[in-house]
Amino acid sequence: MDGLAFDIAHLLAGGLVLVSFMMLYQDRLYALLNVFALQAVVLAAAVAWQARIQEAHHLYVTAAIALVFKAVIVPWALHRIMQRLGVHREVETVVSIGPTMLAGMGLVALSVVLMLQLTAAADNPLAREDLAFALSVVLLGLLMMVTRRNAVSQVVGFMSLENGLILAATGAQGMPFVVEISVAFSVLIALIVIGVFLFRIRERFDTVDVGALDEFRGDRQ
Amino acid sequence: MTALEAGLLLAAGLLALGPAGALVAQRTGGAAIVSGASAALATAFVAVGLWALLAAGPPVRTVLPLGLPWIGAHFRLDALSGFFLVVLGLGGAAASLYGIGYMRHAAAPGRVLPFYGPFLGAMALVLLADDAFTFLVSWESMSLLSWALVVSDHRDAEARRASYVYLLMAGLGTMALLFAFGLLAGAEGGYGFEAIAAAERGPEVTAAILFLMLLGAGSKAGVVPLHVWLPLAHPAAPSHVSALMSGVMTKVALYAFIRVVFDLLGPVAWWASPVVIILGAATAVMGILFAIVDGDAKRILAYSTIENVGVILVALGLALAFRANGMTALAALALTAALFHVLNHMLFKSLLFMAAGAVLSATGRRALDALGGLIHRMPVTAVLTLVGVTAIAALPPLNGFASEWLLFQGILQSPGLPQPALQLLLPATGGLLALSAALAAVCFVRFYGVAFLGRPRSDVAAGAVEADRWSLAAMAVLAALCVLAGILPGAAVDLIAPAVGQAAGGRVPPQLGNPWLTLVPVAEVQSSYSGFLVLVFTTASAMTAAWLVHRLASRRLRRGPAWDCGFPLADPATQYGAGSFAQPIRRALGGTLLAARERVEMPPPGDLRPARHAASTEDLAWTWLYLPVAAGVGALAARLNGLQFLTIRRYLSLVFVSLILLLVGLAVWN
Amino acid sequence: MELIQGLLVQGVQMLLVLVLAPGLVGLVRKVKARLTRRRGASLLQPYRDILRLMRKEVVLAENASWLFRVAPYAIFAATWVAAALVPSFATGLQFSWTADLIAIVALLGSARFFLALAGMDVGTAFGGIGASREVMIGAFAEPAMLLTVFTLALVAGSTQLSVVAAFMASPEVGLRVSLGLALVALVIVAIAENARIPVDNPATHLELTMVHEAMVLEYSGRHLAMIEIAAALKLLLYVALVGCVFLPWGMAAPGSGLAAHLVGLAAFLAKLAGGAVLLAVFETAIAKMRVFRVPDFLGAALMLGLLGTLLLFVSRSL
Repeated sequence: MDGLAFDIAHLLAGGLVLVSFMMLYQDRLYALLNVFALQAVVLAAAVAWQARIQEAHHLYVTAAIALVFKAVIVPWALHRIMQRLGVHREVETVVSIGPTMLAGMGLVALSVVLMLQLTAAADNPLAREDLAFALSVVLLGLLMMVTRRNAVSQVVGFMSLENGLILAATGAQGMPFVVEISVAFSVLIALIVIGVFLFRIRERFDTVDVGALDEFRGDRQ
Repeated sequence: MTALEAGLLLAAGLLALGPAGALVAQRTGGAAIVSGASAALATAFVAVGLWALLAAGPPVRTVLPLGLPWIGAHFRLDALSGFFLVVLGLGGAAASLYGIGYMRHAAAPGRVLPFYGPFLGAMALVLLADDAFTFLVSWESMSLLSWALVVSDHRDAEARRASYVYLLMAGLGTMALLFAFGLLAGAEGGYGFEAIAAAERGPEVTAAILFLMLLGAGSKAGVVPLHVWLPLAHPAAPSHVSALMSGVMTKVALYAFIRVVFDLLGPVAWWASPVVIILGAATAVMGILFAIVDGDAKRILAYSTIENVGVILVALGLALAFRANGMTALAALALTAALFHVLNHMLFKSLLFMAAGAVLSATGRRALDALGGLIHRMPVTAVLTLVGVTAIAALPPLNGFASEWLLFQGILQSPGLPQPALQLLLPATGGLLALSAALAAVCFVRFYGVAFLGRPRSDVAAGAVEADRWSLAAMAVLAALCVLAGILPGAAVDLIAPAVGQAAGGRVPPQLGNPWLTLVPVAEVQSSYSGFLVLVFTTASAMTAAWLVHRLASRRLRRGPAWDCGFPLADPATQYGAGSFAQPIRRALGGTLLAARERVEMPPPGDLRPARHAASTEDLAWTWLYLPVAAGVGALAARLNGLQFLTIRRYLSLVFVSLILLLVGLAVWN
Repeated sequence: MELIQGLLVQGVQMLLVLVLAPGLVGLVRKVKARLTRRRGASLLQPYRDILRLMRKEVVLAENASWLFRVAPYAIFAATWVAAALVPSFATGLQFSWTADLIAIVALLGSARFFLALAGMDVGTAFGGIGASREVMIGAFAEPAMLLTVFTLALVAGSTQLSVVAAFMASPEVGLRVSLGLALVALVIVAIAENARIPVDNPATHLELTMVHEAMVLEYSGRHLAMIEIAAALKLLLYVALVGCVFLPWGMAAPGSGLAAHLVGLAAFLAKLAGGAVLLAVFETAIAKMRVFRVPDFLGAALMLGLLGTLLLFVSRSL
């Protein structure tokens, strides 16, 4: 693999991590959705570039799916849902943004150290790097889910986590097309379920703060 | 007479100053004579230290028939102890010089003088000790004598509390050192440093010793979370003693760490270094944050000492990391940065404590919010303090920047380390160090701006008078050394080189041959810095600009009332004070790290009471570490209290049961 | 011969930054005015302002100390020396080894230190508010800057600006995401350090949100002129820094002829103009943020710097 191809792959995968951080930085829900769409675009570009250098044509389909579903449909749907629900437009955080980003930094460092050590035997540098970045994106998505109160941002966190999984799969010489399709559909179904779920919370509790659910748990004092 | 013998004689002289001080304390001029004598002896220590540094030969050793009869007291003088003797001598001489003037208006010189000389002497003996017994005895004497100095103002409840906490922490530290030396013992229980260095030990023992040294030396140096006594005890002592405790005693503690970990312990595994680095970075950031939110001039300085100890500790950790990977030259670079910062911190921290002492004797107040406008009333002190704050804020071309710059150069070399954990840790550490350096600038803009600039906030500040000549002379010497070390960093680095060579086994390239006094730690294509040229260029351009403007444009000047956007308010309380100046940082960083809370009390409409705003911060180490431990000890003590009121039969049965348990234990053991 | 050329280049550089700095400020103002459909003052207006201020009488507050009078010259000198050490049109500055990038940043830190002290000197509420906020911004900008330096040093193997510039102009740099992150971090730091929107508004007065202007409120006449020049120099320094590190093309190599230097000069002017236009567009497009959002903004720069180093380690260790 020549230097430039590697550099571009590095750039795109690193960009994915960067966009994950941008998502952690946002304090407005609509901006968060836009950044999420941006992440999907970057993911599509990364996957497409992988398809080119690995000459694995089915990956182009993966890229297209990412572009259509995640960059357009999902953000658009969430946008609609938020408008319909009249959700409060600010991201409500459990931990403030600065410490969250520091924690994110620690997670990236952790995944880099871990992946570089675990895959020391592998000879494909790009796969190793992609795995490191993918793990970072997954962990950052999880971090987002645990540090945000609002259900919409939790959904976005979940989706971005899934972006990380796709990056990992493509780096490791692609995944079977059927799996890819089913993953895409499962994500879509997850979106629908969550959307319905959002409506239901909203109807009952007049908020989408998931903290409101806790009050109705039987085991809570 | 060898240098070592000279050093021992000087130390004996300092110890003898104790009884002499007790005798003459009540006489007029007695304090001046004793302080002058200690200044002379301390200056001689500088000569001894320089001798050892420049000779750079093998260590000189001697045995005196003191202490334990069959062992004697071993002493040695080598480059490492020579360097620290220079630090001790300079700090001690300046503090003693300051003391000549300061002790004149001291309330009770009889409570200070008998301990002052011996305190210096004990520190010197710690530096000269060559076996564990001598070392520990000197260390404990140093602790107790400084404790006596802290409690000298015994009518102040705060000083009493400080001395109590200090005594506890000093006891803990000495105990840790005791265990550390116990583990260090060489073959057949040899407690001489030579036997210790020759002994071999497993990695677990090495790790345990390192941990104990961090606990023992770290508690004396003020490493977070063992720092809690330092901001209480250092300010409580008379100001020149505060200068000694912050400037010199913390360095003696660091000497103990360097001596044991670098010189005696042998190879240390690489994973020890991240522990030291993380502790150091946490210490640096937390120390300076505490300093920023505190309102007491001397306590701010004490907290800033914690920060600087953290910086030095990071450098030491970096040196350990390089040394564990066999990169001797880079280990030498990091260690050079550490030792250079040791010297620099002694210079500017002593200077600033003396300045705070001068303000304290002029106004009787330590709270920043009672001061202000002192630049008009104490012009010379203000100039000298300005040098000190510029140096401690790590600004070029002064000395604080030179050593921090060296440390950054060391950190920039960290990508060469093979361990990924270190590779990732060190850039983050560099960021934290830059943060603490920038926060130090915040802290000292606040310190100087509130105390010396603006308008006086109290009558005592408005009526302050300039400090006496002796105090000014001491401060002037230190300020001059700050400037000198800033523009001649190469000379300082070359001077430190033998000490570094002894502890790290390598050295940075000689610097004095470089053109224009430039500092080139690795290679010129990588980095270089010339404090001398920076000073020359800035001074020359400032002078030229001022001259040209005055010559060609205008030199007219009129005094008028302050503008202040059209609303100049006469009340000096409307100025920014210590609390308000700290507010942005308190809000940005204090929320989690200092548990900073702000409370606004707004009376309802119609109520004529003023609205109140209160900000509070706390030291989380107290809340989460010390108070629970203290509560646990208290609860345990309350339980055991019942044991004091038993019948004889019960006491006997207790003894009986313990005896049986002991015997059973023995039986099982064998 | 080489020494003479080096000295010559250094001298030209010193004068050039001084002469161009007010023009850069004028250009930014002009573009901002045009973007908001105003005609705007002439490009030369900052020069006229400074000359007028120089000739005016100084009105000094009654309890201002000597520090207040010395500070403008010290601030100017520190900023000027720093600006003279950032390669602009040629890399072969005679004294570039006097201070590496860390020392240059620290020199600017000295200037800020004295400016904040001067803000405290008269003892007014505005001076204090400006000083306390300025030092807070500095406290967050400096670590971010250092991490950027770290990334650069890791890529180029040096903190010496002329070496970095030479390396970045060479083809072996490649496309690095870390460099992009470092660039963004550096730009954020530059915006904060130069008191531009969204951190501070250089055109405001009588507002509780002002930072830089609040500190210099008590200054007048020649003192104010020195501070204005220093501020302009600082802006120029950061544009030159971004140009020197990230767009090093066209800079004359040491020992090259007159033509190369002229090309370098033209390239430098183009970089300055480009920087001014971009800054003006950015400032027009964005709103000022609350003061207590600034740590987050600079925290993002800090994080970008750290992320840049992390990513660099990933690609280096493969």
